[in-house]
Amino acid sequence: MRERALSDLGIALEQVRTIDVFTLDMDLSAEELEHLAAGPFSDPIIQVWSINAPLAEGFDWLVEVGLRPGVTDNVGRTALEAAMLRLGRSTREDEKIYASRQYLFKGALKREQVERIATGLLANDLIQSCTVVSAAAFDAAGGLQVPLPRVSAEGKPHVALIDLAITDEELMRMSRDGLLALSLEEMKTIQAYFTRPDVRDVRRGLGMAGPATDVELEVLAQTWSEHCKHKIFNATITYDDGSGACTEIRSLFDTCIKGSTRAIRERLGERDWCVSVFKDNAGVIAWSDEYHLVFKVETHNSPSALDPYGGALTGIVGVNRDTLGTGKSARLIFNTDVFCFADPFYSRELPPRILHPRRIFEGVREGVEHGGNKSGIPTVNGSIVFDDRFLGKPLVYCGTGGLMPVTVLGQPSEEKTALPGDLIIMTGGRIGKDGIHGATFSSEELHEGSPVTAVQIGDPITQKRMADFIMEVRDRGLFRCITDNGAGGLSSSVGEMAEFSGGCELDLKLAPLKYSGLQPWEILISESQERMTFAVPPEDREAFLDLASKMRVEATVLGTFTDSGFFHVRYGQQTVACLGMDFLHGGLPEMRLRAVWRKPRYPEPAQRPTGDLTGVLKGLLGRLNICSKEYVVRQYDHEVQGGSVVKPLCGRLLDGPSDAAVIRPVLESMRGVVVSHGICPRYSDIDTYHMMACAIDEALRNFVSAGGNLDGLGGLDNFCWCDPVQSEKTPDGEYKLAQLVRANQALYDYTTAYTIPCISGKDSMKNDYMIADHKISIPPTVLFSLIGAIDDVRLACTMDAKRPGDLVYVLGQTREETGGSEYFAMLGAVGNRVPQVEAQRALRLYRALNAAMRAGLVRSCHDCSDGGLAVALAETAFAGELGMRIDLKNVPVDGHMDDDVLLFSETQSRFVVTVAPGNAAAFEQCLAAQACACVGEVTADTQFTITGTSGDRVVQAATAELKDAWQAPLRW
Amino acid sequence: MAHTVRALVVTGNGTNCEREMAAACRLGGADVVDIVHIYKLLGGETRLADYDFLNLPGGFLDGDDLGSAKANATRLRYAATLQGGSLYEQICSFIAAGKLILGICNGFQLLVKLGLIPDLAGAHEQETTLTFNDSGRFEDRWVHLQVNENSPCVFTRGIKRLYLPVRHGEGKFVVRDDAVLERLHAQQLVAVRYADAEGQQTMHYPANPNGSIDAIAGICDASGRVFGMMPHAEAFLHRTNHPRWTAEELPDEGQGVVLFRNAVDYLRNRRT
Repeated sequence: MRERALSDLGIALEQVRTIDVFTLDMDLSAEELEHLAAGPFSDPIIQVWSINAPLAEGFDWLVEVGLRPGVTDNVGRTALEAAMLRLGRSTREDEKIYASRQYLFKGALKREQVERIATGLLANDLIQSCTVVSAAAFDAAGGLQVPLPRVSAEGKPHVALIDLAITDEELMRMSRDGLLALSLEEMKTIQAYFTRPDVRDVRRGLGMAGPATDVELEVLAQTWSEHCKHKIFNATITYDDGSGACTEIRSLFDTCIKGSTRAIRERLGERDWCVSVFKDNAGVIAWSDEYHLVFKVETHNSPSALDPYGGALTGIVGVNRDTLGTGKSARLIFNTDVFCFADPFYSRELPPRILHPRRIFEGVREGVEHGGNKSGIPTVNGSIVFDDRFLGKPLVYCGTGGLMPVTVLGQPSEEKTALPGDLIIMTGGRIGKDGIHGATFSSEELHEGSPVTAVQIGDPITQKRMADFIMEVRDRGLFRCITDNGAGGLSSSVGEMAEFSGGCELDLKLAPLKYSGLQPWEILISESQERMTFAVPPEDREAFLDLASKMRVEATVLGTFTDSGFFHVRYGQQTVACLGMDFLHGGLPEMRLRAVWRKPRYPEPAQRPTGDLTGVLKGLLGRLNICSKEYVVRQYDHEVQGGSVVKPLCGRLLDGPSDAAVIRPVLESMRGVVVSHGICPRYSDIDTYHMMACAIDEALRNFVSAGGNLDGLGGLDNFCWCDPVQSEKTPDGEYKLAQLVRANQALYDYTTAYTIPCISGKDSMKNDYMIADHKISIPPTVLFSLIGAIDDVRLACTMDAKRPGDLVYVLGQTREETGGSEYFAMLGAVGNRVPQVEAQRALRLYRALNAAMRAGLVRSCHDCSDGGLAVALAETAFAGELGMRIDLKNVPVDGHMDDDVLLFSETQSRFVVTVAPGNAAAFEQCLAAQACACVGEVTADTQFTITGTSGDRVVQAATAELKDAWQAPLRW
Repeated sequence: MAHTVRALVVTGNGTNCEREMAAACRLGGADVVDIVHIYKLLGGETRLADYDFLNLPGGFLDGDDLGSAKANATRLRYAATLQGGSLYEQICSFIAAGKLILGICNGFQLLVKLGLIPDLAGAHEQETTLTFNDSGRFEDRWVHLQVNENSPCVFTRGIKRLYLPVRHGEGKFVVRDDAVLERLHAQQLVAVRYADAEGQQTMHYPANPNGSIDAIAGICDASGRVFGMMPHAEAFLHRTNHPRWTAEELPDEGQGVVLFRNAVDYLRNRRT
């Protein structure tokens, strides 16, 4: 805290102490209060306590930070539970405990400085309130009285009737002001639906007075949001490839993504390993005779921009529920995280409503730490990408893998359904106003009116309890269908499950609330966390509810699934929504868009360095996109569950950067799971086709580096784009859409070439910031995640050089492909020669390398990516705390190139491999038909030297110096 | 005659290392290993008395929201079981019956906060605690441990050194006063300490990952049958768990297994 105040704000503090404050909104005797203070609320060894009298003394300034009304208070909730345990009773109506913290500062500080610490380090104004007092004011008042963050009940439940017989202009105003994020065409489709005679008849029969209710409009807005319906990916696009020739693409999702998977599955025939793709919350592939592998990756960008901690925490616990809610539910076995931030050392003025990138970084890091660690799921793989265009919206990708038995009680685990008559049961957390409009909010750019209620805090323990419970009810066969409550809340989860049975009848009055005063529409679309929805056969009702109560999981029957054909919602006896299932899920008009590709041209760097390149290499190693991320990795538990095989950090001192993760999820077996990813947004500046190809190749070569099987792969595509819809706000929308088209074309071409069926994915299409005239758009970014098997984890490989005398090989041909490279970025240029992937050639190399690994011929293997060959060689050497002597003249190349290009070009599909001298002949035989050459050896002297093609030394440094350059930037 | 050894691994409310703890018990040779949710113990569906070896695994009990394991310590002491009385009372009978308890990480924190270890005064009052690491951070890193061969600890018998991961934010061992520390040492209750690569106890970060006083990583009670430690013995069951297994020649069995085998052997051979 003192360090952060000094480093981030330049404020020196002499001393900081903290006091935990519990404010009890309940009637207790003095004796009972003492039991609590001396019991669960304090640690007798290191803490003192006082009741209704201030403890603070010997300070100059005091800051008390508490949560705003309605924000999830995990500490307060646990305090209440512990208090009840201590007092031996259960909570009475409206009893609450609120947790807050006092920070006591000593030092010669001005109020303004303390306020800066309070708002800059201690509290996020959106979710927390803070009070600053001086010692004098504190003493004069005899302490500090902070008002309770009670949510005041706001009147009676009310359903507003919406008159849709209005002008187009008024329809659009309704969409905008109501945060519905619907287009005019969509609003008009809704308008038309409510005038249909058959619709009117049904509604009259249910006693509905007006044409539409606020509940119905909100349900449609959530269900039809870009976030939920992926309108752009499903649009019909006229694509002009720059030559003037136009093609029509009917749904990128269907033709490129699902189309690729379809083609692969047809080709594989009997060998097809896809089990459930694109139809559930996560993708499922076969892994062993007993288990299937489940994987999903989500983004949580918009919430993380406003509240990085809460946004990222809900991101990770949210994607946990996707995997948990797939098929008949999977046990969660790993998390992945990939973040894209602006420079954490950013020093220019920040646009309005934007948090400093360092603060976003820290908040996101901590959110994922708490979400992952407290859930007991190892965070095994990830990366951080930096680009200042992520200032407006950071990208927070969170992934979760799971393992699901092939059958549950004799039934295929991937199948589920809801039958008419099944009960709708919601479990887990209660419903509050948190996360209202999350789905629609993330379907827009960040603007002045972005709602603060979209932000929420996750509660990993409530969810962990629920996850334990789900495993038990699954294995007892007590439900027929399960899904998570994510975007759109109950409206989405029940709405989706009702598709199985053909309708539902839901009573919102039965829903458990965090506090009174919620309107019916809010209950229906709230995105309050930690909730799952089940379809439970009526005969299993008692058993289900009884087990939930024993395991301290709240479970509530909210209605029944029906075959009425209607999404029917009541509040008590009053019908508040009744929408045809067909209209709700199929009524959305198709979007038609135009895309025009123009190949950009950039200047090449004015001048490139020559001669000794040691300084350039050190500079590259210290670039944010290349440097060590150990600071983050160490704070994530990457070993819980006991199956860790290849950890994110490896090598002699456990600080080298692993290429992929290997875990052994079944402790009685040696079969492993390999997880990797690729992400390279810089290449998007030149051509998103090649960006996508490189991301897929990077994921695959990381996977191959660790020793993964080349058959049985599953890919996940997570697109994060800037708004690609041409409009006044987005005059270059046609180009951005063409970028999207090209990325999808590459996705089809390369996944089919590599036989990587995409099994799941997601898109987030509005990653822009727009306030006043200031617009920041992210570079088009795709995270490609890869999952698969390794037959025996004892064959896995790590990237660190192992022994002096081992031979160093470079695999794959190097070409002059410096466009979009880190090297050019360091020189202030983009360039034009973006790396291009030759898939068939690469695949032959990967198969040959995999054969050599299976034969035990490879000591280390590291993929070449950002920073090229030189960075891969240096990382291999310093991870092993060994030296290396390299001669560039032997490196396989395509034509002549200068030494700097050879060293820093980012040609794909290359590796640095070390081999024991005794295995060299056998290794070379395995790689005989591939581009592969011995370029030097590992040395004991810890000197790293590279001789250039002309025979001159081009790099000469101690490996420790190189490692230091690599570790220095983020050694926090 | 050798006894059947029945191991119980308690889970629920945020515990998350139960599967690997159970695997460790099996590798250690236990005849019966059951992972049991705490609701079954509170509800009487499972009886603690039917087991010989109680395992309290790592995790985040109740989110560690009131300090690590604090809320669960309250639960064990005060929540009434279906048979009446608390789980704490059942645990006392369990100890009195000569059985074994192992708490790792969050389980260690729980034992300490319940006052079951070191229990110098014999009154099960809290004499020590585990608090926030000096680094102020949760960290996952491997540490060397020096084992006190003179400790009565049943679990560490015959072991000199260990190499295991720590994964915690609240692992700094602190005592109530100097007298507690003196008695801990005098009675040899400090069973494991953080050490440097040469095996010497150390106060230097990161070899001592949290700033624990006297480099204390784990302690037992005077009987040696109740033991808690921060490092995760259950996370090193096979050589592929070792962070340098691709570079070093290692035996197949991980170093963590021996603690569990010691426990099982002790129980198998105890006199009745």
